[in-house]
Amino acid sequence: MSKKDELLKELLASIDVTDVHGFGEDVARLEVHHNQVIGTHLVPGLEVDVNERPEGIDAKIRVAPGVTIAKPVHVCFGMLPEMGVQEIVLDISVEENANASILAHCTFPNAREVLHKMDAQITVKAGATYSYFERHVHGPYGGVEVVPKAKVTVEEGARFKTEFELIKGRCGKIEFDYETTCLARSTLEMVARISGRENDTICIRESAYLCGEEARAVLKSNIALRDDARAEVYNTIRADAPHARGHVDCKEIVQGNALAKAVPVVEVNHPTAHVTHEAAIGSVDSKQLQTLMSRGLSEDEAVDLIIEGLLS
Amino acid sequence: MGTLELKHITLRLDGKRILNDLSIDFWEGHIHALIGPNGAGKSTTANAIMGLPGYTDIEGDVLLDGQSIKHLPVDERAQRGITLAWQEPARFEGLLVRRFITAGAKDKSPAKAAAALEQVGLDPEKYLDRAVDKTLSGGERKRIELASILTMQPKVVLMDEPDSGIDVDALDRIFEATRALKANGATVIQITHSLAVLKQAEHAFLMCCGKLIDKGPVSKIAEYFEKKCIPCDHVNEPDEGVAA
Repeated sequence: MSKKDELLKELLASIDVTDVHGFGEDVARLEVHHNQVIGTHLVPGLEVDVNERPEGIDAKIRVAPGVTIAKPVHVCFGMLPEMGVQEIVLDISVEENANASILAHCTFPNAREVLHKMDAQITVKAGATYSYFERHVHGPYGGVEVVPKAKVTVEEGARFKTEFELIKGRCGKIEFDYETTCLARSTLEMVARISGRENDTICIRESAYLCGEEARAVLKSNIALRDDARAEVYNTIRADAPHARGHVDCKEIVQGNALAKAVPVVEVNHPTAHVTHEAAIGSVDSKQLQTLMSRGLSEDEAVDLIIEGLLS
Repeated sequence: MGTLELKHITLRLDGKRILNDLSIDFWEGHIHALIGPNGAGKSTTANAIMGLPGYTDIEGDVLLDGQSIKHLPVDERAQRGITLAWQEPARFEGLLVRRFITAGAKDKSPAKAAAALEQVGLDPEKYLDRAVDKTLSGGERKRIELASILTMQPKVVLMDEPDSGIDVDALDRIFEATRALKANGATVIQITHSLAVLKQAEHAFLMCCGKLIDKGPVSKIAEYFEKKCIPCDHVNEPDEGVAA
C-alpha cells in the first residue's frame, strides 16, 4: 500500500469510513490531507481543479449548468499530525439550474496545535440548488483552531442550505464568518450545531442580506456549553426588498461555568419585508431534566440526551 | 413487587400545609384513582412520591416494597421502579421519539420503541423519527410519554391527569395502555378529577384539603364525588365530620 493510500485509509478511519471503495462509482469524492490531494473521484457534470500549496490547497469546484448530481459528493479535509496548518481556499460555482450537495468531513483526530482555515467564495446561480453539510471530527485535546469564512451569493430562484456540525470531540477555538447575499426569490438556510466544553471558545458571525424580492433566509444556531466554554453568536439579517422574509434563531444551553452571548440583529428597510428573531440562553430545562430522571437516567445522562436533541 | 405505602405524609410549601397526615396503601398490580377537586393535593402527592425538587421535605415516610425511599433522588426512585407521567409532558427540541421512548428502557432497540408506539395507537412509521417538540400536539406527547413508560417496565406508575388535553379516541388508547401496564404487574396511580378516569380504576381514594377523605370501591367514591364534591362551593374546606 502506498503512503498516500495509507494516509487515506487512516484519514477515513477517523470519520468511521472503513472502505473507500464502499462509496461506489456514482459517488464523487475528494480527500485532502494537509496540502495534498490523497483521493479523488469525479462524476459527469462535476469539475474539480485543485492546486496544492505549501500549507493547503486552492480548489475550484463547478457543477455544470442543468446537471443534477444524484448522490452527495463526499469531501474530506483533515490532518493527522498533532501540529500544523491547513488552509483551504474554495471557489465553488453551482451553475444555472444545477443541483448538488456536498457532505464534508473535517477531521483532526490528534490535533494539539492545528489551524484549519477555509476561505470560500460560493455562487449558487439562478435556479440552482446547493446544500453543504460540514461535520467536524476533533480529538480530545481541544488543540484545533477552526476559521471558516465564506462569501456566498444565492442568485435568483436559487436555494442554498449549509449545516455546520461540531459535536464530536473538543471544538477548540472556532471563528465562523459567513456572509450571504440573497437575490430575488432565493432561499437560504444556515444551521450551526456546536458543542463546547472545558475552555473551548466559539464565535459565530452569520449574515444574510436579502436584497431581492421575496428572498428568504433562516439563520439558526444551537450551541451547548459546559465547563468553562464560551460562545458568542452574532446573527444578522438585513431585508431591503419587497416581501423578503427572514428569521434568526439562536438557542444555547449552558452548564457549569460556561458563558454564552447571543446578539441577533434584524434590519428591515422595506415596508413589506418581515424579519423575526428568537434567542434563548439558559441552563437545561428543569421539566425536561426531571422527566428523563423519572425514567431512571442520572442527571448527567439526562443532560447528555437533552443536548443530543438540541444538537441533532 | 410494587407495593407503595404513604405513612403520615405532611408537606408544607411556602409555609402552607399542602398534604396533611396522608396515609395510603396502594396495592401491587392494581389500578388506583386518587380523586379530588383542584387544589386537593393530588398532584403534590404524586410529586412527593416521585421525589421531585421542592417536594422532598416531607414528614412521614414513603415505602416501596417495605423500604423507605424518602431520601432518594428522583433517578434512584425511578431505578427502583417508580415513574411519573406528567399532566403536560415536556417538549424536547430535536430529540427523536425513538430515543425518548427508550431513554429508560433496558432494550433500546427501534423495534421496542415501535412496539410501544403501537400500544398507544401511534403509527411507528410516522412518529419514530419525529422530534418530541412543539410540532406534536399535547395528546400525541401524552401518548408518546406513556410509550416511554411502557418500555421502562416500571413497578409503580403515577399518571397525573391522564385525560388532560386529549380527545376521546386518544383517551381510549391511554386507558388501554394503562391496562397493559397493569397486565405487566405495575401498580398504577391515576391522579384525576374526572369520573371517566376514575371508572377505569379498581380502588379509589378521595382527597380534599391535603387529607384523605374516603377510600374504597370506585362506585362508592364516584357517587360521593359526583354528589358532594362536584357541586361543592367550599372547595378544600370540607365540612366538619367529613374526613375519614
